[in-house]
This record gives sequence, C-alpha cells and structure tokens, in this order.
Amino acid sequence: MESVKDLILRMADDALIIGHRNSEWTGIGPMLEEDISFSSMAQDKIGHAQALYNILHEQFNMEVPDFIAFRRNASDFKSCQFVELPIGDYAFTLVRHYLFDHAESFRYNYLSNSTFLPLKSLATKFKGEIKYHTLHADIWMKSLTLNGNEESKLRIQSAVDELLPYAMGMFELGNYESDLIDNGIFVGELALQNKWHSFITESLNSFNIKVPVIKEGEIKLGGRRGYHLTELENLINEMTEVIRTDYTTEW
Amino acid sequence: MPNIESLDPRIRRIDLEKNPEHVVLNIMENWETYEVFHQRKRGEHHVHVGIVHAANPEMALVFAKEQYGRRLKCANMWVTQSSNIYSFHYDDEDMFETTPEKTYREAGGFKVRDKINKFKKENAPK
Repeated sequence: MESVKDLILRMADDALIIGHRNSEWTGIGPMLEEDISFSSMAQDKIGHAQALYNILHEQFNMEVPDFIAFRRNASDFKSCQFVELPIGDYAFTLVRHYLFDHAESFRYNYLSNSTFLPLKSLATKFKGEIKYHTLHADIWMKSLTLNGNEESKLRIQSAVDELLPYAMGMFELGNYESDLIDNGIFVGELALQNKWHSFITESLNSFNIKVPVIKEGEIKLGGRRGYHLTELENLINEMTEVIRTDYTTEW
Repeated sequence: MPNIESLDPRIRRIDLEKNPEHVVLNIMENWETYEVFHQRKRGEHHVHVGIVHAANPEMALVFAKEQYGRRLKCANMWVTQSSNIYSFHYDDEDMFETTPEKTYREAGGFKVRDKINKFKKENAPK
C-alpha cells in the first residue's frame, strides 16, 4: 500500500509545516482575539499531522509520530513548497490560510468516502475543525476586501497573485494516482484541483479579487518529490531545536 | 523580523511618559466590543461569558468560538455589540436595597407542603 502511505505522508507533512508556519504568529498577531484564534487553528493543524503520522505508525510500521516529524531531513519531507513559504505580512498569511484550508476541506470531504477506513474516520473527526478554519478564512477575506479599504484590497490581491502558482503546487501528482483512484481510496489530485479551483474562482470573484491565470510551467512543483525551498530547512532546524538537545527524553 | 503594526494596544505599547499625547484614544482607534453569550445545550439559556473585540458581528462570532467555546461544551453562541446593552446606573443600586428582606414574597415562605404531607398522612388508606 505504498500509494496510501505516500498520500498520508504528503497530507501530514503539509499539515505539520503549515501548522508550524502559522504558529509563528503566536504572540505577535494583529490583535489579541485573532492571535488566540489563529494559534488555536495552528495547533489543530499539528494535531492533524500527529493523527496522520499515527496512521503511518500503526498501519505501515513506520516510526512513532515524533520520530517522523522531528528526525527526518528536509529532502525526506513530502510537503508542497506552498506551505514552506515564510509567513510574510498578515494578508499573505491569511490568503495562504484561505487557499490551503479550502483545499483541505475538499480533500477531507472526498476522504470521508474513502475505502481506507483510518482516513475515512479521520475525515469525519476533523470535519468540525476544518469548517471553523474555512469560516475564519472567509470572514477575514470578506472583511479585508468587500468591507476593507483600498490598501487592504490591494494587499489581498497581491498576496493572491503571488501565492496562486505555489497553491497550485498542492495538487502535484503523486506516483500512485491511478492506484488511489482505482481502489476508491482518494479521488485524485486532479479532481481535487478542479473542485478547489472552481470554488476559489467563484469565491474570490465575489470578493472582487481577480484570479490570475497560471500557466502549466508557472506552477511551483517538486515538493512532493523532495525538492524544497531552503526555508524548509530553516524551519526544520528551528522546529527541532529543543528535541535535538536530547532525543531520548520523554516529553 | 520586521516591526509589526498591531491594532491591539496591549501589543502596541507606548512609552506614555515620552508620548503623553498618545494617552487619548480616538474613536474607532480600537475595534468595538461585542458581548458573548454561550449556550451549553439546546433549550438552555444563553449565558453571558465575556467580550471580544471585532470589526464586525461575523468576526465577533468567529473570535467568540475560540475565546469561549473551546473549553466548555457548546451548542450555540450569540454576540451583540456592547453598545446595544441598556443597563441601570450603579447610582441607582439603592433601588435593590430592600429586596433581600422581602422573603415573604418567596414561595419558600409558605409552609403549605408540610400541611399537604400532614393531610396525606392522616387520610392515607389504612
């Protein structure tokens, strides 16, 4: 079942890295209530990663979640470059949160019908959390566009322009797409991308934000095959700074 | 790390001694507050639990969920702008002063339950 393992590792690494990135706002968020909400959602993402790594541990004899998360080199990660980008300004972070979480929402929605039962049950378990994450993203997007001023609209538009080629990289094909599709495990990245793209096009247009046309060659691919931004290495170094002092400690 | 321009005065701390002109907050310099009401389960009252700052009611609900719906069991939440709340003035607290003495108004003041029990006991079928 290399195909399932590969799918779960991609999802888990995305969740871990975006969770870590978003947690970088803890304590410096634009206002207290948002700081608390955003930090809490970042924790949810780490929780998703842990649950997914746990499937790999229990079903595929991989190491325990902490080991998978903290003891691999950057090149072993399957995360997309989209989640690796530094946080930028808050508009940049919010647009990434909006683009990522809607993709995640559709992904888990498809997985709620998966023939691979551990993923199916996680999809059911995370449903409420992800609903909140997308609600949070939508309300901020609306507040900064339809209810925003010229500056906030411009910042959102330029974040969308900058992020979309990376966001499309979320759907980089895995090596086992047909296996996943034929066995009813997952609908496949292409179907997910189409679903997501038509949603965000309609949604962004409703916020008066233009959706740039991304050509095939402009999509930032490679993350799923171990080609990462140098920023990922910095992130992993920071993330493992404490555990590296003593790998044998019980936390 | 670039400087972050925060909307939150607790983060955007100011050296008041050097900048006394900053003591006055302008209207809308901070987002207004919303009162948050939490309902534990369907059918129960929504109970006031605190406030959040937000730019609009939808955002207030989103913040309320993480501030107040995260630890307690929750079926539903309400928010309303704090400016929608009408209240008595504390100068009028004397209106309530004699209330604790009026226990004769409480149902507990009647000993009727004792009488009913006594009657039932006396008339119970042998």
